[in-house]
Amino acid sequence: MEHNAVKQILSCRDVSKTFYGDGKCTEVIRHIDFDVTENEFVVLFGPGQCGKTTLIKMLAGLEECEEGSISLENEKITGPRPDLGVVYQTTALFPWCTVRGNIEFGPKVRNKDKKETRKRADHFIDLVGLKGFEDSYPKALSGGMRQRVGIARAYCNDPRVLLMDEPFGHLDAQTRYMMEEALENIWQKEKRTVIFVTNNIEEAIYLADRIILLTNRPASIKQEFKIELPRPRDYVSPEFLKLREIITQAMDATV
Amino acid sequence: MDEKQQKLLEHEKQQRAQKRKYLMISVVSVCVFFFVWELITGILHILPDYTMPSPVKVLDSFIKKFYTKTPDGEILPVHIITSLKVSLFGFFLGSVTGVPIGIMMAWHPRFEKFFRPLFDLIRPVPTVAWIPIMILWFGIGLGAKAAVIFVSAFIPCVVNSFAGIKQTSQVHLWVAQTFGASRREMLFRIAIPTALPSIFTGLRLSLGSSWMALVAAEMLAANKGLGYMIYTSRSLGRADLIIVGMLTIGAIGAILSYVLGIAEKRIVKGVSR
Ligand SMILES: Nc1ncnc2c1ncn2[C@@H]1O[C@H](COP(=O)(O)OP(=O)(O)O)[C@@H](O)[C@H]1O
Ligand SMILES: [Mg+2]
Repeated sequence: MEHNAVKQILSCRDVSKTFYGDGKCTEVIRHIDFDVTENEFVVLFGPGQCGKTTLIKMLAGLEECEEGSISLENEKITGPRPDLGVVYQTTALFPWCTVRGNIEFGPKVRNKDKKETRKRADHFIDLVGLKGFEDSYPKALSGGMRQRVGIARAYCNDPRVLLMDEPFGHLDAQTRYMMEEALENIWQKEKRTVIFVTNNIEEAIYLADRIILLTNRPASIKQEFKIELPRPRDYVSPEFLKLREIITQAMDATV
Repeated sequence: MDEKQQKLLEHEKQQRAQKRKYLMISVVSVCVFFFVWELITGILHILPDYTMPSPVKVLDSFIKKFYTKTPDGEILPVHIITSLKVSLFGFFLGSVTGVPIGIMMAWHPRFEKFFRPLFDLIRPVPTVAWIPIMILWFGIGLGAKAAVIFVSAFIPCVVNSFAGIKQTSQVHLWVAQTFGASRREMLFRIAIPTALPSIFTGLRLSLGSSWMALVAAEMLAANKGLGYMIYTSRSLGRADLIIVGMLTIGAIGAILSYVLGIAEKRIVKGVSR
């Protein structure tokens, strides 16, 4: 087995989507086509309302493709599944469960071994930095901590692909920087394939191996950027700022 | 640091004083109420004894009623137990059917389409309007009263359980779906926990309305119970016993809802209310 062979894991083949309802058709996704390699961190970067959430839902199997297909390791995605973990924008934690209850929810639903589940949960609670908060309810946590729980919850199901839909979109700037750093850390320790949606350019450059720039609705791929800066990245390094300028220009051209 | 501690202590002292002040106001209010009552009735005799007895007299009657059967044929504890038995029975029936029906109506669209029209038709009929037909069907025994109370407990249970399930967040359902939950599991692990606070609101309203409906039912069809006691006392001109009955009903209603409140606090977790 070759050590550094790049393995394709997810492919999005010529996907389109239109919503029909209220007497009108809303074309949201138009011919989107890309591949993701294993353990790659891909950022989908596009303006608000362009169809990012719709695309993430299709990748998660929560929304059908109208045209085209999405497959995970050559197997077509036909519905939601535990190995496609999702972290949502709004707090999607269950308020009636403790931090531990939330994180163990998935394995419990699938009747996984209790001891094993507990060990896994402990591991990820530790990883996201929530030790000591296991028995807290979400209402007692700050926005950043809630998203940490969300990340741990997705990880606890051992997903092949992590889909994140603007997970830090609702946080204040300071917490946001902190969470970006935390996510980078977590991802370095537990490498996964990540598809991360954002409309924040700094966040995109800070995290991405590759940025896929989307157009306004209907979303299609405008341009792709490989980001090869060494990690962890520095928001104010000249290379970072240069990239930022390049992407901003490409972005302006999309409008 | 020391200065801060000092300030904290000062602050807490002030808050305690404030609390004491408010408690005093409440105590004074109750005292004033009873004093004015006593003044009008026992001292100045503005209202005659047979329409408005003095609080002293009411207390006296209350104590005596624990062991005297006159004038209505039973001692107070028997009335209380009779009433409690009937209303809790009706409440139990109403909630064990009402909550599941409300949940099913919200969870299964077909179920809703089927029951909604019937339910919307029944809902506006006031509880007392059910009494005559229930007497025709069940006689004046336990049956009619339990049936009336059943109806009055059933409706708030259905309405609130329904509303609670409808609050289920779409995102929560997606999360569960991703984790491989079946639709049944989504109901039990997502929708019902979401609805729980609302279900409890329904239960509390049901308990309240079954207790109130009971009194109404007992006035029309009973030979025991608090409603019956009040009603009989009226025809015998015993205002003191009417007031004893009313206060007992109020106190027991308050206790029941308090007990349910405790149960709710233990069961409903993580939701600020
Ligand atoms: N289920 C739906 N039915 C109809 N229109 C929808 C539906 N879901 C999303 N849309 C529309 O698709 C567009 C893109 O939405 P979304 O994917 O949430 O964008 P983004 O996440 O990029 O802000 C919006 O204009 C929205 O109104
Ligand atoms: Mg979105």
